Amino acid sequence: MSSDEKVYELDYNKMNNQKSQTNNEKNERKSVHIDQKRIDRRILINQISGKVFFSSTLFALLVLSILLYRIFSQSIGWLDLHFLTSKLSIFPEKAGIYGVIIGSLGLMAVVIPVTLVLGVSTAIYLEEYAGKSRVQNLIKVNISNLASVPSVIFGLLGLALFGRFFKLGSSILAGGLTLSLLVLPIVVVSSQEALKAVPGFLREASYAMGASKWTTIRKVVLPVAIPGILTGAILSISRAIGETAPLVVLGIPALLLKVPTNLMDDFTALPIQIYYWTLDTVLTPEYANLAAATIVVLLITLFLMNSIAIIIRNKSQKGF
Amino acid sequence: MENKIDVRNQIRNNIGKRKNNVDKIMPRFFLIMASVSVITTIGIVVTLITDAYHFFKEVSIFDFFSTKLSPLSANPSFGILPLINGTILSSLIAMLVAIPIGLTSAMYLSEFSSKRTRNFIKPILEVLAGIPTIVYGFFAYSFVTPLLMKLIPSLEAKNVLSPGIVMGIMIIPMVASLSEDAMKSVPNALREGAYGLGSTKLEVTTKVVLPAAISGIMASFVLAISRAIGETMIVAIASGSSKNFTFDITHSMQTMTGYIVEFTSGDAGSGTTGYYSLYAVGLLLFIFTFIMNIIAQYISKKFREEY
Repeated sequence: MSSDEKVYELDYNKMNNQKSQTNNEKNERKSVHIDQKRIDRRILINQISGKVFFSSTLFALLVLSILLYRIFSQSIGWLDLHFLTSKLSIFPEKAGIYGVIIGSLGLMAVVIPVTLVLGVSTAIYLEEYAGKSRVQNLIKVNISNLASVPSVIFGLLGLALFGRFFKLGSSILAGGLTLSLLVLPIVVVSSQEALKAVPGFLREASYAMGASKWTTIRKVVLPVAIPGILTGAILSISRAIGETAPLVVLGIPALLLKVPTNLMDDFTALPIQIYYWTLDTVLTPEYANLAAATIVVLLITLFLMNSIAIIIRNKSQKGF
Repeated sequence: MENKIDVRNQIRNNIGKRKNNVDKIMPRFFLIMASVSVITTIGIVVTLITDAYHFFKEVSIFDFFSTKLSPLSANPSFGILPLINGTILSSLIAMLVAIPIGLTSAMYLSEFSSKRTRNFIKPILEVLAGIPTIVYGFFAYSFVTPLLMKLIPSLEAKNVLSPGIVMGIMIIPMVASLSEDAMKSVPNALREGAYGLGSTKLEVTTKVVLPAAISGIMASFVLAISRAIGETMIVAIASGSSKNFTFDITHSMQTMTGYIVEFTSGDAGSGTTGYYSLYAVGLLLFIFTFIMNIIAQYISKKFREEY
């Protein structure tokens, strides 16, 4: 207690000193005057900075609208039924993206089942079976690191593993498996969130009825978690549709005039076609319009998928 | 009474089923599925290292870290410094765009905006983050470069400035949302304390919230750099494939990612030095981004302020 008193005394002395220093009335008035000016200035700076911050936030909006406007206006006149239903051609007027769309659909036919099975299983293992073990920690750290590996590296893995080692070349299967590994972390993390959100009392009720762990997961946990899992899956698939770099690294040929018929065929997909058309605009300026039209198709697909994901998310918000 | 008996029978049945084999198999099945992600990581590291090893058997480390890069000439040389230079310059330009705009956007969304504007702007940022990078590449090449050419007449059709800027724009949503999360998690008591002492919003933001959230914000910057280093399609389209060692950002430059894409889409025969050089460059890229992610995790753990 005595030390506290000392501090108090010291402070009191200080205050006295200050008072004696500013005893002069002129000085006091001057300091009050300056303070008012300072306050005004601080308020002004605050208002200005608020507006600056707002306009920098608007910058993103501005860029987005310019981007969409540019691409849509460039695609006008090129994006029609003929463009969607005819095959690739070196002549811009004749070219269509039917085969390209089939290629992208083929990719999805591989990516969707593979990522769903792998991703949901991994999430179930981490959330329901692993507990807080070393294995669980290893897998978790591994997944968060895998999520930040550049996509082009996945391309190199796909080229060495699927392309050369399993001799799948640059087929739809090789591309789809590569993309599956790329988006796996997204599905795992979102499925984990969905499983975590299932309230514990549902599991306990099921156990109390004598149900086994697997029965509980299959009949109680998964049905509740399925909308959340689906939302994550759709988002990851929309990432896979737009991904270019790994497929280019797999060595997909620049211009392919054949429509793929099975999973072992060589193929081209929407983003790859955009890439090659953009590169070739130096020779044929009209390719820029074709690229823009393909981008519109890609963006509309992504928009629809994201809308579905949001609808599922909103519809499934059950309260427990 | 009948219902009760039903339940009892049900429980009895279930207890019988507990010894079912499925329950023993499922955990193992899930463990195998979960190990695929670990195997993927191991696969990445192993393929990069083995193929890079083949490369370094033929090209010495000393030649690898030189400025002369001409992989397709009769007497090929694989100096990687032009690629590292292109990567660092393009990432630097991207950061000069993304960090100021991203951070101020985060400050606006977290501290200044009304809930309504926030609910309006956040989804737009999410849309911006969901656009495939190939679209940004097209945008950089067909819109930003011609626009910049009007301002800087000496700009080449392929240059490192335009993809750098567009890459920055692409990263803005990432910086903004991660930083905003960090700032939102600062407890309100700190803000109210500062307001009680008569601070303005700006002072609360810069002197109280920013220092408290600094770990999350720094981590978001580091993750953004890692993203910029690994970004591929924008630079592959808009910054060209010049392999000269230069610091002039109006010139074409190639990044490490751009090199990988250019070299594989041309025919790199399997087993050639050129093919293995892809994996050497890929290994370096992997190490770069891996270190960045470790740093980001370290920052957000080490400097986190607990309240």
